Amino acid sequence: MRLTVLILLILSVFTLTACSSGAGNTVIVAGSTSVQPYAEVLAENYSIIFPDRAVDIQGGGSSTGIRAAQSGTADIGMSSRELTEEEQEMWNIVIAKDGLVLIVHPQNPVNGLTLEQVRRIYTGDVTNWLEVGGADRRIHVITREEGSGTRGAFEDMLMENNLITSRAIVQNTNGSVRQLVSNDIDSIGFLSLGLADQSVKALELDGVAPTWNNVMLGDYTLFRQFYFVSAEKPSDYVKLFIDFALSEEGQRLLMLEGLITDMKEAE
Amino acid sequence: MKKTFKDKLSERIFLALALSSISALALITVFIIIQGAPIIGSVGIFNFIFGMTWAPSQGEFGIFPMIVGTLAVTLGAMVLGVPIGICSAVFLAEFAPVPVRNMFRPAIQLLAGIPSVVYGFWGLIFIVPLIRDYLGGPGLSILAGSIVLAIMILPTVISITEVSIIALPRTYKEGALALGMSHWQAIYSVQLPAAKSGIVAAVILGTGRAIGETMAVIMVLGNAPALPRSILDPVRTLTTNIGIEMGYATGDHRQALFATGIVLFILIMTLNITAQYITRKKKQK
Repeated sequence: MRLTVLILLILSVFTLTACSSGAGNTVIVAGSTSVQPYAEVLAENYSIIFPDRAVDIQGGGSSTGIRAAQSGTADIGMSSRELTEEEQEMWNIVIAKDGLVLIVHPQNPVNGLTLEQVRRIYTGDVTNWLEVGGADRRIHVITREEGSGTRGAFEDMLMENNLITSRAIVQNTNGSVRQLVSNDIDSIGFLSLGLADQSVKALELDGVAPTWNNVMLGDYTLFRQFYFVSAEKPSDYVKLFIDFALSEEGQRLLMLEGLITDMKEAE
Repeated sequence: MKKTFKDKLSERIFLALALSSISALALITVFIIIQGAPIIGSVGIFNFIFGMTWAPSQGEFGIFPMIVGTLAVTLGAMVLGVPIGICSAVFLAEFAPVPVRNMFRPAIQLLAGIPSVVYGFWGLIFIVPLIRDYLGGPGLSILAGSIVLAIMILPTVISITEVSIIALPRTYKEGALALGMSHWQAIYSVQLPAAKSGIVAAVILGTGRAIGETMAVIMVLGNAPALPRSILDPVRTLTTNIGIEMGYATGDHRQALFATGIVLFILIMTLNITAQYITRKKKQK
């Protein structure tokens, strides 16, 4: 029996050592899947400038990312939701702003909605496009899953403590929301401003088009902030990557990807 | 002396490896229960299982719509998949000429080898628009999930049924034919009833596969945590509830997902125990 225990012990030691190897000079960035594609663009360009430095971008969601940064599993956590009071004690910085946009099928005759109409569609009070100026067809409401940063931002900014109807279709990525909306003429969904492309139509809200300019002017109110958080003040190779993200070049890259960057915050 | 030591050593190594697989089961079970039980305790087991609202951010953890969703999608898959599966098996075992059989069998095995995410993607791109355009609704629906799952359980149902028909003593068929039955009569009234326990096992294993499948159904079910009103409505199953929300879940929400796992675990255990009970009863007769 003692032998059995010994063998099990040896096996477990092997497994543990396998886990702890790796790391080195690699910056590990984890968190929000909304921020992930932008962080990947940053990482790509960063590794062109600094070929000997690697950046490893992982998803997992805002909460997971912040937790990982807290525990040191990741050097930087990405969050697409506002930080809680407790989380604000960590080192954090806004890298960019992102507008949320309501999207419909390009052939949907509806071009814009009021915030109130959007809210009533998502609570399930309005179920037919006719009621908001469209064709006499049932609305297929698409939302993100509970806990997603995009859904959280949508609820905070728009739902005013009302619940999103449980009959809404739930998708767990921005990509699948866009894919569904681009294929279903009766659907409505929401995603990051930067991720809406030609396959879908972005709706005006209260008569304001979701453009970069309107977000900067403050006319379009549906936007959120993207954070980098870290357990302590970044130094060394972690700082190098964050500095790159906040540099003129980094902010320009984010802007080109559709994010709203405020150069003042980069300083 | 040396030999006995070697014997003992190898025995211990095998024991250790066997133990590690059993202990994995025990560890997972214990972990799921430790993680999930507290939330069931605080919400109340009745409210958890029969609650109609799933809104973790509001502290509402009712999974009844998902239990209904799981059963509806699985039942649909069975209704579509089992008749096709059994008929294919009968064809393979009884009618198919050898060259056809030699092509058919690897093809079915290939079907089992397709990753579930590919099934899901295919369902999303092909089945879902068909349902949306010709039957109405958003397309993401119980029906779409059932169709995809029906195809996914085919390899299981076909191969086990076929084996249990082939395994029958030749005398059954020969006796039936000697009594003047036609080939079809022999299959229908002698061979299929005789292979019943194998077929039941095939159906139950298929059911288990359907209940446990996650990736493919996440993509085609629509995942709405509401009671469905028709087979064209989107639903959420127990597995997809975990799959779709685990990325962001923390605290109570995370525990509730583990609790969903407990319910799923019990459901599948019940199914397996029933299966064993049925096959054992058959043997005793």
